[in-house]
Amino acid sequence: MAHLTAGLQCTRCAGDLISRAQFHNKTKIKESKKFVADKLGIDTFDLIDEQIMRELREELGIGTITAIGGGPTPMEAKMNIEKVLGFEIASCKRFRENTGLSRRV
Amino acid sequence: MVGNYKMRMGDGSRRWMSKEEIIDDVQAGVNDAVDCAEVPALTDDDMGRIVDILCEKNHMVTVEEGNEVVITNDGGPLKLMIDSGSSAPGIDLGRVQATKVLEKVFSVDTLETAWYDASMKEVKPNIGYEMVHCQDLMSNTVAPVLYMFMPNLGLYYQPTGMFGNPPDLMRDFKIEEAMDQAEKAGDALYEDLMYVTDKILSVGVDGLDFDTTASAGDVEFVSCLKAVENIRKSYPDAYIQMGMSAENILGVHGMVEYDGKVVAGMYPHEQVKVAEKAGVSAFGPVVNTNTSKSSAWNIARAVTIVKECERVSTIPLQVNMGMGVGGTPMFETPPMDAISRADKAMVEVAGVDGI
Repeated sequence: MAHLTAGLQCTRCAGDLISRAQFHNKTKIKESKKFVADKLGIDTFDLIDEQIMRELREELGIGTITAIGGGPTPMEAKMNIEKVLGFEIASCKRFRENTGLSRRV
Repeated sequence: MVGNYKMRMGDGSRRWMSKEEIIDDVQAGVNDAVDCAEVPALTDDDMGRIVDILCEKNHMVTVEEGNEVVITNDGGPLKLMIDSGSSAPGIDLGRVQATKVLEKVFSVDTLETAWYDASMKEVKPNIGYEMVHCQDLMSNTVAPVLYMFMPNLGLYYQPTGMFGNPPDLMRDFKIEEAMDQAEKAGDALYEDLMYVTDKILSVGVDGLDFDTTASAGDVEFVSCLKAVENIRKSYPDAYIQMGMSAENILGVHGMVEYDGKVVAGMYPHEQVKVAEKAGVSAFGPVVNTNTSKSSAWNIARAVTIVKECERVSTIPLQVNMGMGVGGTPMFETPPMDAISRADKAMVEVAGVDGI
């Protein structure tokens, strides 16, 4: 629990997005945050703002921390995250391969 | 009560210290890091910053706004499900449920999953079930998921494995045979790593966590590096995290190399360079806690070693901070006052990219 106070709060804010950017691009934390902020069209300081991110996440369909009836399923959210971040996510790629769907950029 | 600042010892016990004692311990920790790892000392400003963090009067401290970093958790759902052997509370959940709790309730930025005994030798016979579990998990989570395993080359040696045990052979002065058996065990581990990781990544898991890498020393480290290098050929975009086991590489073999460098004796700032070369996405250095020293000493020492690792690294560092590593106390329920101070120092003085 103590560690989490130093964290980016996952889908409560933008932690999952920054983590993906960090792993995919192999970038340090500042560059990873800037990458995501630029993709979202916000300031890096806004990435950890719960009010801004909650509304933005719902608008973009990239998954929220609370459960919304009729909201995107995890796979749907990840496919929308692909569009936002501009790179493929492995489970989405497999989903498309196994269903014959193509990726919309 | 001597001194008016509450510190912890490396074993988690409480100790009251004066500011002068804290300053002395920070300096001593830095000196020890310089001596052991041959890294630059922290500046006076850095040491002063660590003292300020340690002397804050709040029970818990946290990073300044804007300094938050990526949090990855070791073992994923097992940290809720299993027993005190892994500091876990033994809540009987399914792994998918437990992972969703970590994602939605604890808000961990990067998720993990693992087999109940995550040693590679134990994962392999359960690979079919693990693939099904991972497919289920990937349909139910939004945050990135790493599949965690421990290479744990030690299990490949007798009595649990088929290869001769190098320490036993060395005791009998059979040095060449010890090295030969270590190399053969390393080859077997490499084959298992390639088999398991290919199966896991084929079902769409985001990536892998090589946990406690080099727990059995230099041969294990090289087997893992070679595996990463070859995994990259099939899965160039997989998220590969390599977390170490100890602060330096034990020379069980003593002469095994990677990229022309003998790996025995490497410290984090040297380990990360070979990890980069192999194709690791994020590196998790370890600094061991000395249970006889204070948190001030341990945190200062850990930050000194990791700061140099961060300086030379071109890939993100996600430092291991937990029970007995990264300056934190070696105790089953590590005190939050010590953990939060170690985290803050590691983020704001060492400049790490994740925990």
